[in-house]
Amino acid sequence: MISYADACRIINEHRGESAAVTTMTQSSYWNKVSEHPDLDMGISNGMSKASSVALGIALGDPERKVLCLDGDGSLLMNFGSLATVAGMAPKNFHHFVFNNGIYAITGGQPLPETGVHYADAAKACGYKATFKFDDLESFENSMAEIMAIDGPTLIELVVTPEPATEGVDQTWESNAKMPRQLRAMRKHLTGKDDWGPGGPFI
Amino acid sequence: MINGILHPSKVIAQLIQHGVTHYVGLPDSETSNMYNALMAEESITVVPVAREGEAIPIAVGLHVAGKRPVVSIQNAGLYEAGDALRGLAIGIGLPLVMFIGYRGHNRKGDTPDSAAVFLEPYLHMWRVEYFVVEGDEDLDRIPLAFDRATKTNMPVAVAIGTEYAPEDIE
Repeated sequence: MISYADACRIINEHRGESAAVTTMTQSSYWNKVSEHPDLDMGISNGMSKASSVALGIALGDPERKVLCLDGDGSLLMNFGSLATVAGMAPKNFHHFVFNNGIYAITGGQPLPETGVHYADAAKACGYKATFKFDDLESFENSMAEIMAIDGPTLIELVVTPEPATEGVDQTWESNAKMPRQLRAMRKHLTGKDDWGPGGPFI
Repeated sequence: MINGILHPSKVIAQLIQHGVTHYVGLPDSETSNMYNALMAEESITVVPVAREGEAIPIAVGLHVAGKRPVVSIQNAGLYEAGDALRGLAIGIGLPLVMFIGYRGHNRKGDTPDSAAVFLEPYLHMWRVEYFVVEGDEDLDRIPLAFDRATKTNMPVAVAIGTEYAPEDIE
């Protein structure tokens, strides 16, 4: 198995100027290694929808690579998005699925089925290329090749489960983080600071 | 469900006028003529989704990348997309126009279709502003929807209360 920390470190080493959309446990590890916060988006208040937000960015900015750091439980909730991504076939879309077999955020309860083959499912839906890694060395040695090929690609990473030991408390400030990040990313991608306050948090 | 004559070409002209780049959604029986007309319109990219809950988050990504998407889903699909509407449209203050198929709507007000019965109470519950379009005579409500979405940084609905007509129907 691969650790979250190692997986995020390796992805970050190859990201370049890619936009990164993360969710759940992936977000906390990604935030520790990322050096481009204006190109990062942590989906914290839109359950399971990281892959769909990432698809939108990929379609809107086709010259920039977009990385989605998704979870297995999240993808199961939005499984049809595999077909949607395949149908639009964005060449710049790289979908990393962290397979730990549990709902880590809620304390480690098992998924309804822990034997789902996410890479195979993506291939069956029409992703251009898929990969599955359960050891660090193979993943690290393949990452340059993965980033060089056209997407959509799905890279399934079998990771060591890290169930949360404490619940997540939502606050006004924590809920303001995602809308602020979205505005910062739009400003970075478009050069325009034109998305003003709106909604309950900012 | 025919309440008035609404031509796809006239709605598409409104979309082009407001700079819409992407039409994200799922076709339904009422929007079939609109969907076919859009597939032939080169200036707008149609993004078909497998389930309505994907549409709003895809629109979020497109907006972040500087594009101007609209969403088009049926009222029943809007109910499925409730958490995305909550967290990724209202929660972030997204200036998004959502075209919602008002399945079951009729001008008499009596309908056996609960998808129609619940639509307006549902939009009121979320505090989403909306405009009803039942035919070409209501097209001036579409600019109002774009204007309100931009001014408030919030999602605004256009409830399409009729089937889109074939272009050759007067």
